[in-house]
Amino acid sequence: MAAEGHTMPMAQSYLYRRHSLLVRITHWINVIALPALLMSGLQIFNEHPALYWGKSSYTGRPAIFEVTKEFPWGRSSGTGEPAIFELENKFPSWITVPSGQWLAMGRRWHLFFAWLFVINGIVYLAHSFASRHVQRDLKPTRDDWLGIWRSVKDHLLLRHPRGEAARRYNVLQKLSYLFLIFGLFPLVLLTGWAMSPWLNSILPGWVDFLGGRQSARTLHFIAAWTLVLFVLIHVLEVVVTGFWNNLRSMITGRYRISSKEQS
Amino acid sequence: MRWRMRSRRHFLRQVLTSAGAALLAGCDALSNSSWFPKLLGIGEHLSSGAQHLVTSRRSMAQEFPEADLSPQFRSNGTANPEDAEYQALAARGFQDWKLLVDGLVQDPAEFTLAQLRAMPSRTQITRHDCVEGWSAIGKWTGVQLSHVLALVRLQPEARYVVFHCADPMWGSPEKYYESIDLEDALHPQTILAYELNDEVLPIKNGAPLRVRIERQLGYKMAKYIMRIEVVESFAGIKGGKGGYWEDRGYEWFAGI
Repeated sequence: MAAEGHTMPMAQSYLYRRHSLLVRITHWINVIALPALLMSGLQIFNEHPALYWGKSSYTGRPAIFEVTKEFPWGRSSGTGEPAIFELENKFPSWITVPSGQWLAMGRRWHLFFAWLFVINGIVYLAHSFASRHVQRDLKPTRDDWLGIWRSVKDHLLLRHPRGEAARRYNVLQKLSYLFLIFGLFPLVLLTGWAMSPWLNSILPGWVDFLGGRQSARTLHFIAAWTLVLFVLIHVLEVVVTGFWNNLRSMITGRYRISSKEQS
Repeated sequence: MRWRMRSRRHFLRQVLTSAGAALLAGCDALSNSSWFPKLLGIGEHLSSGAQHLVTSRRSMAQEFPEADLSPQFRSNGTANPEDAEYQALAARGFQDWKLLVDGLVQDPAEFTLAQLRAMPSRTQITRHDCVEGWSAIGKWTGVQLSHVLALVRLQPEARYVVFHCADPMWGSPEKYYESIDLEDALHPQTILAYELNDEVLPIKNGAPLRVRIERQLGYKMAKYIMRIEVVESFAGIKGGKGGYWEDRGYEWFAGI
């Protein structure tokens, strides 16, 4: 603490420990695992670039989405009918892992990083509940809920809390992290598991809660792109709220609070 | 000032594209290395271990009502084996075809299609999940593999069942083969199917006989079966990984 009575601006700028070591480690593991999962997932998708709704791909109804080019023998979906949404090309090689068509290797990447992601998630959750990180930092307060519209407006104007207010997550931040951790991550896992014929046998028919195996595959695809959207907004916010300060806090844990207006 | 901004932006873009390209090249180098795919292979062992942990040996694959049947059960892989011996058998409606069951069994035997059809049968409407990503639902009729294995009586060292098929792959002389463990071989839904959707099994779907292993992906379910060999280990068979696709990098455990 600075000495009482002093109003030197220097004293108003200080570092505090924003992120615990475990949060930082699990964060950076996700930074590796999620792109690996996305890119190997798109490799897998490219092997049969069509999406369906239902228990199977061949239900008598057209595909929801289909890539039409590169299939000289006919439609990739094999339903013979135009899909509801069509695209000409598969995902390009710069966004798939491996870059060329190589399903076996794509599956290896995908399932390995899926395990890394799951174990990482379990460690994060166990730690975050035990250390009360979820209850203390992520749970919105009454005031948070009351100020939600103001927060929406602030975000749209790229106006963010400064000084002491920046020490806490704002309400939209809390809600998006909660949506990510307890909504998107479980959904992407559940729909991934739903595609496993072996796991289907735990309780035959449970995948029908998701609309069937092919619906689960479609939901998995949608959930993955929603994760991409989350990451884009996340990175945008990191940049506009002080890139180096945020980056340092996720590496060393230290975040600078300064009540002086920054330019 | 403006010039500096532009050059900085240009520099940043170059850094990002080079970093991206390096990262992608790095991923491909990892895929082509000898050690990294082995490391990734941990995933298969974890999946197999975890999935066996949460299911029982006899956990059943979902069976569907007739309403869910796919209008057409598509073919994949070989649609018509380019093999003179097979074509000769097909020309006579597989009357001369015989299934050889040998290896680690007490009584090696040959079965004709008529003999297999005379055995107790099981009919199941199940979903076929291809490793490529699509699914199709079909109605299969056949004899349980466990019934056939009981007839030839397994020797105590028996661990795996290997299916030797008639179809040469992609114009090469190498023919398809697959293997499963005894848990799958003795599973009630593991049948040697000779009918699809109440009709004689079509050639494109594996006539005269294909196996159904309903808790695994399609590539495990060998078509055009000629011989069933019971072994203690599949390490000595062809590439040693237990199947045509396994020898080409796919997982032996195809539960996911």
